Amino acid sequence: MLNNNIDFKSKFADIKLIDSLINDLYRIAKQNYIIMEVCGTHTVAFLKLGLKSLLPKTIRVIAGPGCPVCVTPQKLIDYSISLADYAIIVSYGDIFRVPGSFSSLEKVKSKGKDIRIVYSITEALDIAIDNPKKMVIFLAVGFETTAPATANVLIRAKKLNVNNFFILPGHKLIPPAIEYLCSNGVNANGFMLPGHVSTIIGCSAYQSIVDKYKIPCVVTGFEAIDIVTSIYKLVEQINNKDARLDNTYSRGVKWYGNPVAKENIATVFRTADSEWRSIGCIPDSGLELNENFHKFDAMKKFDIKLSNITIENNCCRCGDILRGIIEPEQCANFGNKCTPEKPIGPCMVSSEGTCAAYFKYGKT
Amino acid sequence: MDSILLAHGSGGKLQSDLLEKVILKHIKNPIINLLEDSAYLSVNKSKIAFTTDSYVVNPLFFPGGNIGKLAVCGTVNDLLCIGAKPLYLSLGLIIEEGFDYERFEKIIASIASEAKNAGVKIVCGDTKVVEHGKGDGIYINTAGIGEIKHYFSPQKIETGDFIIVTGNIGDHGIALLSERQKLKFKTPIISDVANLTGISDILFKNSGIHCMRDPTRGGIGGILKEIALKSSIEIEINEKSIPINPGVSSICEILGIDPLYLANEGKFIIFSKEEKIVSTLKHTKLGKNAAVIGRVIKKDQKGKVILLTKVGGKRIIDIPRGELLPRIC
Repeated sequence: MLNNNIDFKSKFADIKLIDSLINDLYRIAKQNYIIMEVCGTHTVAFLKLGLKSLLPKTIRVIAGPGCPVCVTPQKLIDYSISLADYAIIVSYGDIFRVPGSFSSLEKVKSKGKDIRIVYSITEALDIAIDNPKKMVIFLAVGFETTAPATANVLIRAKKLNVNNFFILPGHKLIPPAIEYLCSNGVNANGFMLPGHVSTIIGCSAYQSIVDKYKIPCVVTGFEAIDIVTSIYKLVEQINNKDARLDNTYSRGVKWYGNPVAKENIATVFRTADSEWRSIGCIPDSGLELNENFHKFDAMKKFDIKLSNITIENNCCRCGDILRGIIEPEQCANFGNKCTPEKPIGPCMVSSEGTCAAYFKYGKT
Repeated sequence: MDSILLAHGSGGKLQSDLLEKVILKHIKNPIINLLEDSAYLSVNKSKIAFTTDSYVVNPLFFPGGNIGKLAVCGTVNDLLCIGAKPLYLSLGLIIEEGFDYERFEKIIASIASEAKNAGVKIVCGDTKVVEHGKGDGIYINTAGIGEIKHYFSPQKIETGDFIIVTGNIGDHGIALLSERQKLKFKTPIISDVANLTGISDILFKNSGIHCMRDPTRGGIGGILKEIALKSSIEIEINEKSIPINPGVSSICEILGIDPLYLANEGKFIIFSKEEKIVSTLKHTKLGKNAAVIGRVIKKDQKGKVILLTKVGGKRIIDIPRGELLPRIC
C-alpha cells in the first residue's frame, strides 16, 4: 500500500531558502556556465518549477541523454510492434506513443492489437500468469532505476517456472553514457547527476569519471532546493577549478547505492554494447540477459523479421540535443513540424523528453 | 492512413483538431461554432440551453459514484455553467449483452436519485443492447434542456477578472486511476462527482460572474488554456492558491502526473469581476474549499496562461496533449 499522506512539497519548497540560494548564485556566477543534467525527471522538474526563470542568465541548464524513452532505438519499437501479432505487448506509459519506423504501439493498439500499459513490470508477470495460453512480452526499457524491477520479476518468473513471459531487453546504463560524452568533448562545464539512478548505483559509480575527466559532478534530487543547491555547488566547483563529486541527495543516495538491487541486476544481466537512439553505439552501456535467463529473451524465443529497414529521420537533431550541442529551440523542426502530437524525433515523444518538456513548460 | 486514437477523446489538442478539421468542416452554424458546453437557443421568446454528453467511464463503479450518477451530474453541470436552470434530461442506454442485471439496476437507481437531487426530470429515453464483447458493460448518453437565467460566456470575460475554482482539484481523476490500476493508498481518494445545483442560486444571483466552466477532461489546465485562446486573454495563475487534497498531490508526485490536467466532475472554474463570491461559497458544502487562483492580466491574442510556481518561478500552462500516461521513473 502506497503512503499518500506524506507532504512532499512544502518541506522542499521553502521560498525564503530558495530565494537566498538564488541570491547567492547571482553573487558567485562570474562567467558563463553550461550544466548538463542526465535525467528526464530533472528536465521536467527544472522547467515545471519555473527555475529557468529564476536563475542568472549566464547559467544554462541543458538536458543530456537522460530520458530512457528518447534513447531507446527505433528498432526495439519496431520489434515490439511486429511481435504484437503473436503476443500481448506490455510496456510503461512513456513508450506507448514513441514512433517506430512505420507505426507506434498506440497506433497498433487502435487497430485491435493487445497492448497494455502498466506502472510496474510485476503487473506484466501477473498478466502472463492470468493468461497461460497467451505469450506476454514486456518491453523492458529504462536505466538502472527500472532494471532492478525487471531483474526481480525475472528471478520470480524463473522460480514460478512461468513459460509464457518474455522481455525485449532494452535497459541502459548512465555512467558509460556520461563517460562517452566526456570522451567525445561534451559541451558542458559540469554534470547534475540523476537522483533515481544513483539510489541504485550509488555515488561511487561516478568517481572514476570525475577523476579521469576532471569534470564537476553533483548527485541531486528533484525538489527545488535540491536542484538549486546542486547548481550552486557546481558553479562553486567550476569557479574554484576544483572538480569533485558532491551529493546533495544524501537522504536517498548512498556511496555504494542499493546492494540488493545491484546484486539482482548482476544475477540476471550482464553489460553489453548498446545502441542509443540518435547517438550511436556506446560500449558497455546496455544490459543483456545472462545465459541462465535466456529463456525469457523475446529476441531469442521469436524469430523476428522486420519487413522494412529502420528509417531514422535525417533532419531530426535529437542527437545534437542529447549531446548538449544545441537546445530544442535551435532545431528547425521544433514546435512546427515536430510537436507532441506529431513527433519527428524521440525527444518530443516522452513527457520527460527534452523537446516535449521545453514545448510544454519552456515558452514563457 | 491515420485512424482514431484513444487520445482523440481526451479533451486535449488531438480532440480539438478532430473537431476543427473534421466535425466542424461538415457541420457548422453560428450556434455550434461557439463550442460552448451547452448551446444557447432562442425559441419564440424563450431562451433555452441544450446539451448532450456520452459517458463511457471505466470502471463503471468507483469510489464516490458510478456511471449513472456521473451521467446526470455531467449534463446538469454543463447546463448550469452556461447560466441555465436544468429542467429535463433524456437517457440513452447502450448495454452489452451479459451485463449483470443487479448492477444495471443499481446504475438506474443512481440516475433516478441524482436526477431528483438535481431537480430535473428524465422525460425520454432509448435502450439498445449490443453483442457480448462489443461494448464495455454499459455506455450512457444524456441530453439536457435548461432555462437560461444568466448567459455566461467566454466572450464576456474582462481584464482584471478573478479566476475562482469552487474546490479541490483532481479528485475524480485520481479516484478513477487508482480504481482502474488497483492502486491502494493509505488515504483513499473519493471522486468529487456531484451536481452543482446546490450552489447555483449563489452563482446566478451574483451579477459579477462573466463565465463558468466545469473542468472535466483536460482539468483546470485544459479549460484555462481553452478559454484564454477563445477570449484572447492572458491569464496568470498562482500555484500556491490552487486547492488540492494533499493525498491527491502526493499521488501525482508518485505517478508523475500533473494535477492541473486531472479530471474533475463536481467543480466550476469561474471568471468573476468580484472575489467576494468566494466567501459566500465557502459557507456551502460544495464550495467549502473555493479559492481565487488567479487573474485575467490583459487582452492578448496568444492566449497565454502563466503559472507562478510555488517556488516563485514562472512557466506556461499549455493545452493537454493526449492521454495521461504513467512515466517510467
